[in-house]
Amino acid sequence: MADLAIRLRGVVKRYGSITAVDHLDLDVPEGTCVGLLGPNGAGKSTTMRLLTAQAIADEGELEVLGFRLPEESKQARAQCGVVPQLDNLDTTLTVEQNLLVFAHLYRIGRSERREAIERALKMSKLVDRRDSRVDKLSGGMRRRLLIARALVHRPRLALLDEPTVGLDPQVRQELWALIDALRSQGTTILMSTHYIEEAQRLADTVLIMSHGSAVAAGPPSKLVLEHAGHEVLEVYGPPARLAEVEAEAGAAGMRTRRTGTSISILGVDGANGFTIDGERRPANLEDVFVLLTGEEIA
Amino acid sequence: MATAASRGARLGRLERSALTGVLVREAVNYSSYWKSSTFSSTVEPTIYLLAFGFGFGSLVSTIGGYDYVDFVGTGTVATAVLFSSAFPAMFGTFVKYQFQRTYDAILAAPVDTEELVTAEALWIATRAGVYGCVPMLVAMVFGLDPSWGMLAVPFIGWVAGFGWACFGISIAGYAKSFENFNYVVSAVLTPLFLLAGSFFPLDNFPQWAQVLANLNPLHHCVVLVRHAVFGWDGWTDLARLGALAVFGLLVWRIAIHAMTRKLID
Repeated sequence: MADLAIRLRGVVKRYGSITAVDHLDLDVPEGTCVGLLGPNGAGKSTTMRLLTAQAIADEGELEVLGFRLPEESKQARAQCGVVPQLDNLDTTLTVEQNLLVFAHLYRIGRSERREAIERALKMSKLVDRRDSRVDKLSGGMRRRLLIARALVHRPRLALLDEPTVGLDPQVRQELWALIDALRSQGTTILMSTHYIEEAQRLADTVLIMSHGSAVAAGPPSKLVLEHAGHEVLEVYGPPARLAEVEAEAGAAGMRTRRTGTSISILGVDGANGFTIDGERRPANLEDVFVLLTGEEIA
Repeated sequence: MATAASRGARLGRLERSALTGVLVREAVNYSSYWKSSTFSSTVEPTIYLLAFGFGFGSLVSTIGGYDYVDFVGTGTVATAVLFSSAFPAMFGTFVKYQFQRTYDAILAAPVDTEELVTAEALWIATRAGVYGCVPMLVAMVFGLDPSWGMLAVPFIGWVAGFGWACFGISIAGYAKSFENFNYVVSAVLTPLFLLAGSFFPLDNFPQWAQVLANLNPLHHCVVLVRHAVFGWDGWTDLARLGALAVFGLLVWRIAIHAMTRKLID
């Protein structure tokens, strides 16, 4: 078995009466990309903060790159790169100055500093914008800089908290390419997201979180097969009709989920004798996500 | 699991490389705003100096054996130190924590809260030490005679500035919102600033007020600067320096406690 870059066992984090992370187990093998998938408020960001000891767990064991948290967190952080959900670049500084500051914060020696900054500029395709102030950059460029800043010291582990949240599809694709390149270089990645497509494309394994704990874990394709089968029947109609279909399918022992405009009947490929008019389509991770994390947003 | 070899020695507290990292960030940022910061840190005490120096100076020519301009010129060094330490620390810390989330980024790197707070205070103290000399330099233009003791003034300003920087960081750490600063400025900083002996000697105050003044770090700073310029007063000055150091160390620990509470969930 590969070494684990991240190992969490029974981790609990409470804020007053709210339990943000509730007995979470998480394994991230070295060299893989793990997606932390869950709706807003599932505990993804808290988990990310626990991994950098910016939040301290109330219970459980945490290990990052073999270091016990929170005691040895600083050593772990020296080999991690963190891309935060909210942009916290120094906006009055230039692109290059931002990288320079983090080259110092990540303790890159004087002789390698120049080269590290050039590499980060190249990787994020910001070579031409090196002298631009951050507040003059587009949203996509700022995100790329945020990622470059986290990787300037070539970390063994990258922690990406919602790396593409709020960006348009073109920019998102650019970032996916960047993350994919990072993965192919062997960097371990833990990425939280609530975009299902992002997890499906980039993650080797996915951990679905709901209310602070893991409700399923595994490779995306395996999770889909396990929870939603091969095919799904999509039935459209007025709300009354949908409620009827839902009841009928339920009575026949089929699992369903709502999509807002239709009812999806899961695992129809294995159904014997259940017939209803609708469109057949392959099952996907979104089916699993909604099925496991619940349909109502709390 | 990491092997023992890759694990390395456990990193210590207050590491030099962590402090350097935070200081570099401040220095690089300073290069983008030094003009406005130097302007306000210079102009404010100069205005005090001119207003009091010429306003009062026309009524009283000497005070406590000093020319009034010399008295105020040395006294407002402490004012300049306060203005360039407590205020930037309070507002700067709050902005970096709340609005820019700079501290989130720094703490994700191998820097602990203790190192972050210490480096920020060191940076502000250094600036305060330098900016603190401005009123003295302006006073020299108006006739204050140079002396060797003046070379100690940046150091006195640095020690006092470190304490006030930590004070400002603590306030920012405990404050729930920007508005909370109003209470601190009105109820704490303004009285301390007026009752430090910058503009008028405290000799004519009642005995109890003079005793209380010894609890005001700014008062020690005022007296130390005056003695540096006009002549030392041996053990008493050493005791005053000690008082500033104790003040600095105390609020330093308080600032670390306040910011740890704020930054680490």
